[in-house]
Amino acid sequence: MQMFTLPVYLALREFWRNRGRFFLVSLVIALITLLVLFIAALGEGLGNGNREYLSKLDADLIVYQDKADLLINASRINRDRVAAVRRVDGVAKAGSIAVANATITQLDSGKELKVALLGVDPGEPGEPLVVDGSQLSRPNVNEVIIDRNTFLRTGLKVGDDLIIRVTQGTKDQLYSLKVVGVSDGQQYSLQPAIFTPYFNWDQVRPKSEAEVNRTETVVNVIAVKLTHPAKLETMKARLESEVGNIQAVPIPQAIEAVPGYTAQQSTINTQGVFTLLIGLLVIGGFFQIQILQKVPQIGVLKAIGTPNPVVSAAVVTQIILVTTIGVFIGAAGTLLLSLFFPPTIPIVFNGRASLLAIVALLMIGPIGGLVSVRYAARIEPLKALGLST
Amino acid sequence: MAETALETHSVVKIYKSDFGDVLAVDEVSFQVHKGEFVALVGPSGSGKTTMLAMLAALLSPTAGKLLLDGQDLATMNDARRVAFRREKIGFTFQANNLLPYLTALENIELMLQLNNRLDKAGKLRAQELLTRLGLRDRMHHLPSQMSGGQQQRVAIARALIHDPSLVLADEPTASLDTERAFQAVETFANLIHERQRAGIMVTHDLRMCRYVDRVLQMQDGKLVKIYEEPQEIKALARGE
Repeated sequence: MQMFTLPVYLALREFWRNRGRFFLVSLVIALITLLVLFIAALGEGLGNGNREYLSKLDADLIVYQDKADLLINASRINRDRVAAVRRVDGVAKAGSIAVANATITQLDSGKELKVALLGVDPGEPGEPLVVDGSQLSRPNVNEVIIDRNTFLRTGLKVGDDLIIRVTQGTKDQLYSLKVVGVSDGQQYSLQPAIFTPYFNWDQVRPKSEAEVNRTETVVNVIAVKLTHPAKLETMKARLESEVGNIQAVPIPQAIEAVPGYTAQQSTINTQGVFTLLIGLLVIGGFFQIQILQKVPQIGVLKAIGTPNPVVSAAVVTQIILVTTIGVFIGAAGTLLLSLFFPPTIPIVFNGRASLLAIVALLMIGPIGGLVSVRYAARIEPLKALGLST
Repeated sequence: MAETALETHSVVKIYKSDFGDVLAVDEVSFQVHKGEFVALVGPSGSGKTTMLAMLAALLSPTAGKLLLDGQDLATMNDARRVAFRREKIGFTFQANNLLPYLTALENIELMLQLNNRLDKAGKLRAQELLTRLGLRDRMHHLPSQMSGGQQQRVAIARALIHDPSLVLADEPTASLDTERAFQAVETFANLIHERQRAGIMVTHDLRMCRYVDRVLQMQDGKLVKIYEEPQEIKALARGE
């Protein structure tokens, strides 16, 4: 029994009697934890900012104009195609999504906010669900749903009038929209988003001079909800053959096709991995130096008959202890700091990503310390005590 | 005649080196009885440290037998040697004797923990031993808060607390001033006699021999002389 409790006893005693030194190492681990968690949160935040609207769509497929390279802005589909899509057998619902940009102006704060202005069909996929207020009532009303980010950054609330400024032809135009609902976060292209019925959108959107008097109605993409989501591939082929001149892709593929999304995510992930690697080297280096300083002590322990597994287990216990304390302080510090970040910084703590980062951080200690454990196990008491000839 | 605790029979140790074999210990045979305190002396390179390392089961002899309580250390595997060292041998070293993060009492109790003997009686015994060594008020002090002499006494207590058959001391007075050195060795000798353990002290300081029962003198790996008569041991200790 003592052989199991002894390593913990030795590790705890040494930790406590040298708590200042060990606490400093825990702080280094805490800083690495802070960095890794923030990089993970930043990756999640940036990724989320790019994919949030698409990923939250109550739809299974996104329909693009054929040969638009799955670029939403480049895709142009005549609005009558929406009806054609709805008629395809197996389609439960289909809604237009038309994208543009606008500037919310005349805010109480005196500031302006650039937003994504999206035209959607009320009651169809594409219209976000509100968490406060009501959904858009009719296809051609002067109503708008603002997402949580717009809400946080403008202070607008349900019932307020929202003024947007857009350029139509050569003139700047101001339009007033009635805020009827607030949705959860629905960023589009890293911008806060507002949603208005498609026909209203077509009135208030920015237009080139050529478009000002054009009557043709065009949407960018169509969000499609299927009766049987399991038949994704069949429906994709059916839509493409029956509607013609379109390309239908599942939502995950549409997200991957968002310009810069994949490159951005791989950059952030690489940063995270490198931070972990640096952590591994720092922790490994510290414990190695510590073991080198403790060679005579370990020599004494072995000379008086302490078995190798006890010595190694004591080293491992200490590493786990220091790492756990460091990761705990780092995670708590991250949580605390995140409370003070303004909504303009795209930081999102995703439970799964944070948990993965924490597990990885908890493992870097023992992995980094493996070399020192091996070294400790190989210390010869004779040499350590200066008894070798 | 007291019972024999330790016997060495024609022990040889040869080190392999790039420059050829080095004969460190050459056919050394002796016995140490229970309750006997023996000094192992000799100039540098005489083989006394190698002999001590073999007696401590830290090194295997190239040839010969090392019998402690009738068991041959030379034939034991590594795991058995570690266990044997833990149970049957007590050790004090020149320096770095104590674990710096354990108090005096904890350093001694560690030996009992290692042997699964840290019960109430064991704890009491550890405290009594420290009191006996004049360290009652230093029990809960860390080594860094104690003098060299006090640390050496704690090490002596640790070497004896688990009632080993053999107690080894490697230059136990090397870091002490003369007065404390004499005190430490005298304490060591008294405890060995009292507890009927076999004790071997390696020292280059012949003055310390005044407390031992026999002196084994080594030179060039050989046991060249054994001083057994109290008169000649005293004369040796006086430097005559």
